[in-house]
Amino acid sequence: MVQQLGYLKETPSQTAGPYVHIGLTPNFCGIAGVYQTDLGSRMVNDETRGERITITGRVIDGAGAPLKDALVEIWQADAAGLYNSPTEIRGAADPNFSGWGRCATGAEDGVFSFETVKPARVPYSHDRQMAPHITFWIVARGINVGLHTRMYFPDEQEANAADPLLARIEHRHRVATLVATGSAPNYVFDIHLQGEKETVFLDI
Amino acid sequence: MSDRTNGKPETGAFFARDRAWHAPALTPGYKTSVLRSPQKALLSLDGTISEITGPVFGHSLIGELDNDLIHNFAKPGESAIGERIIVHGRVLDERGRAVPGVLLEFWQANAGGRYRHKKESYLAPLDPNFGGCGRTITDEEGGYAFRTIKPGPYPWPNGVNDWRPAHIHFSVFGHGFAQRLITQMYFEGDPMIWKCPIVNTIPDRQAVEQLIAPLDWANTIPFDARAYKFDIVLRGRRSTLFENRLEGN
Repeated sequence: MVQQLGYLKETPSQTAGPYVHIGLTPNFCGIAGVYQTDLGSRMVNDETRGERITITGRVIDGAGAPLKDALVEIWQADAAGLYNSPTEIRGAADPNFSGWGRCATGAEDGVFSFETVKPARVPYSHDRQMAPHITFWIVARGINVGLHTRMYFPDEQEANAADPLLARIEHRHRVATLVATGSAPNYVFDIHLQGEKETVFLDI
Repeated sequence: MSDRTNGKPETGAFFARDRAWHAPALTPGYKTSVLRSPQKALLSLDGTISEITGPVFGHSLIGELDNDLIHNFAKPGESAIGERIIVHGRVLDERGRAVPGVLLEFWQANAGGRYRHKKESYLAPLDPNFGGCGRTITDEEGGYAFRTIKPGPYPWPNGVNDWRPAHIHFSVFGHGFAQRLITQMYFEGDPMIWKCPIVNTIPDRQAVEQLIAPLDWANTIPFDARAYKFDIVLRGRRSTLFENRLEGN
């Protein structure tokens, strides 16, 4: 016999289901008066530092149809490369930037959109940097465990070429699935759940 | 604070997620997963600063009735119809430590099994005094509580005669975005749990049991509301003692 580690098991994930909006974006689905605004609907204000950008996109299923009942969250560093988080120990992030956003995909067109700022590079280790990127997390009916992925920028080719995560992608043609299209200030990032263009999802 | 070591915030990466404990992406018994499940292998790598960090929310976010679904949508002086219950518990990490400051958001059907949503078509009636959403933030011991009515089961289009057992959806923010979790809580003693294709996406029976809240008789309030206890476990964080530090060792 040895000592017991005594660790607990993580609570298993379950799908967010078709009515995720009731809980996470109630105003979006017509439940008014419980919360003043939907959390995460605004990431910037007039004082936010950095280059303003918009990101729009869709989450597309294996039949090519955009999901109209998905919920997308993003998390990113500010224009100086700092995260607005207690775990950020390198300095204080811009107090006028939340770094986190939440958007339901449109009930008619399946489009999500975020108004944010372009993040700067952040460190991977003490001597390596990651290219500017935005973390995406996608939940929906039919998705059992929330999907993590990242969006990189098409106008950061040099930084992308040196990015440690992108370097780990074995099949090099799939790197493009993590790079937005469009150009500043309007980027487009479509997420493909299946098929030839399947986005690289992360176990991270 | 429980999340700190010698006064410094913990910044270690998170324990790898045990993918065998969770549902796989493709679970044909739950039909919607067939076209929405990634088919290629996930790219596995240790967490970076982008996942070790995460948004936190202050207690000032929470309104007085946010954790009271019986009243937060009801007309003044009225309340939602149904079995009055209290759901409470703690948010812990895999090391068994309390996780304070966790934003919990929850949503559910009304007592008749009907959701307040335009895409919902079940014939059971809406309750004019029930919206179905609430939220709270865990205290220093990781504890939380909210008041609601017990949701009803409802039929859904999957198999010819599939019904969801009574359940409450939970969304959970830990201290790092890698801990982000959405799950569902079920009620002790419900025979429908084991018939549900969504429950059965989880391969391990013990993992399913982790989602079933027991009736908590000790915390039941006489002549008011029964209590159910639901603890939530988030991914643990590695000790940073021997980690490569971003600012250099």
